[in-house]
Amino acid sequence: MNTITDQKHIMLKIEEKQVESREFATLFFNYALPFKPGQFIMVWIPGIDEKPYTISYHEKDRFAITIEAKGIFSQKAVTLEKGDLIGIRGPFGNGFDIKSDTAVAVIAGGCGMAPLATLVEKLDKNIIFIHGARSKEYILYPDRFDNERLFCTDDGSFGRKGLVTELLENEITLGKHFDMVYTCGPEIMMHAVFNICEKYHIPCQVSLERYMRCGFGVCGACVCGKQVVCKDGPVFASSALRDIKDFNTKALLKSGKDVDLSQYFSWRCK
Amino acid sequence: MTIQFLGKTLKNPIVLASGILGNSRDILERVYENGCGLVTMKSIGPESRDGHKNPTVIDLGHGMINAVGLPSPGYLNMGNEWDDLEKRDFPLIASIYGGAVREYQMVAEYVSLRKPDFIEINISCPNSEKHGMIFGVNPQSSHDVVSAVKKAINVPLIVKLTPQALDIGDIARSCEDAGADAICAINTVGPGMVIDIESRIPVLAFKKGGLSGPMIKPVAIRCVFDIYKAVTIPIIGLGGITTGEDAIEMMMAGASLVGIGSAVRYRGIDVFQKVVDEMEAWLSTHNYSIEDIKGAAHKEES
Repeated sequence: MNTITDQKHIMLKIEEKQVESREFATLFFNYALPFKPGQFIMVWIPGIDEKPYTISYHEKDRFAITIEAKGIFSQKAVTLEKGDLIGIRGPFGNGFDIKSDTAVAVIAGGCGMAPLATLVEKLDKNIIFIHGARSKEYILYPDRFDNERLFCTDDGSFGRKGLVTELLENEITLGKHFDMVYTCGPEIMMHAVFNICEKYHIPCQVSLERYMRCGFGVCGACVCGKQVVCKDGPVFASSALRDIKDFNTKALLKSGKDVDLSQYFSWRCK
Repeated sequence: MTIQFLGKTLKNPIVLASGILGNSRDILERVYENGCGLVTMKSIGPESRDGHKNPTVIDLGHGMINAVGLPSPGYLNMGNEWDDLEKRDFPLIASIYGGAVREYQMVAEYVSLRKPDFIEINISCPNSEKHGMIFGVNPQSSHDVVSAVKKAINVPLIVKLTPQALDIGDIARSCEDAGADAICAINTVGPGMVIDIESRIPVLAFKKGGLSGPMIKPVAIRCVFDIYKAVTIPIIGLGGITTGEDAIEMMMAGASLVGIGSAVRYRGIDVFQKVVDEMEAWLSTHNYSIEDIKGAAHKEES
């Protein structure tokens, strides 16, 4: 068996498909992939395209990716079935720096739940775990974890009506102490979480997303300020975030043109 | 290891190759801060271009294959970046490409006004249907594009060549005759192809792609050796340079400066300082200066 996984693709057959909701599907593979929560792999559908995905389930001989049907690639990916072939290479990137005590908060927004799932499974059961989404059908893995979870949605269709940042700040003002906050979700949300953490002097780790090509820090497609997201990140700690002037402001399109984040995300979600 | 190159003083002879991390002023500055003497922007084209779909870059272990496909915002859509770059405090090469002599000239004329220290014309990219390499394999075409660009700019002109030329020395000579101030060699080798045997299709979306990294170093050394024999203008030698000893070898073939690209994959973004340190250590152990080694492999012939 091939033991190098970050060069030419390892070709794998889908072992199982789990439909999470109308929006999400999870594809399982029987393969022992070395992996740290927060890292990602490049996923190739032959003849279609190749995109970065986090590992959403990780066991010794099995892993999975979870896909939200958004663009051309992901809409194709959710139609794949058991036995279909995909290529993977990776994992790439740094992953989360894991703290194992209880004074930790995990803040997930939308499909940002996927990269945090394997992290949550490595953390203490008694963390503060806040999970928000647009509406009920965008709440990923509603029944998956042992941890108690605080849910919120924009429309109030699941959990409280409101934002994850309101729930986080509420915990802090109620006197809860945190040594670390982990977050993944829309960049505007992560930036708001980061700002709250800065306000209360709590270290924070954020997982950024940019358009990627190589995955290993040479092509420059995913640069964000002075950081190369695929190689220096995708997880960045507060100390780095303070110096990333493009955090929540700018990103590069496929052509390399720098645009406002809103323009970038409307292109990415096409 | 300060060095003079076309009228500019560089802190060392190491150059960031075009196409590697050259997307913004911020990242170019970081490369400079990591020990690189001269940095090159990603090639700039006449219009906005997305490049190819992924997969575009694959590591093969002994080097890489890529067909990124010349993505560029287009020279007129880079206002913010040009403004940022004009405030830089590091030396800069602006790399440009076109699909016709007129396009090269148009892009070069504008780019020259934005004051890079040097302009490099990429006449050697294998990864586009209509851009680049066609000009680099024919002495007359190279001459035409170089002389047209040279007339339109007021910074020194570097011409980047492809190893696919039948006689790369010939091409270099026609570029020198047309007014080129320096040669940069080599661009990626090939194009090559990697087929996935499970899905039975080429891995790269563009199917073919240029090879880089350690596996192409002997080709690069030979090309620079041939160019050094053919021209008197300085050469930026690159192709698979990963260590200080590789850089010394490239200088012995005839390079004045040495480019680094794929080695960022193998040794990290601080590879530039590592290579500079290794060169200094080697030179000091052997009690040589840079001038002692440049073109040293040609001594036997003269």
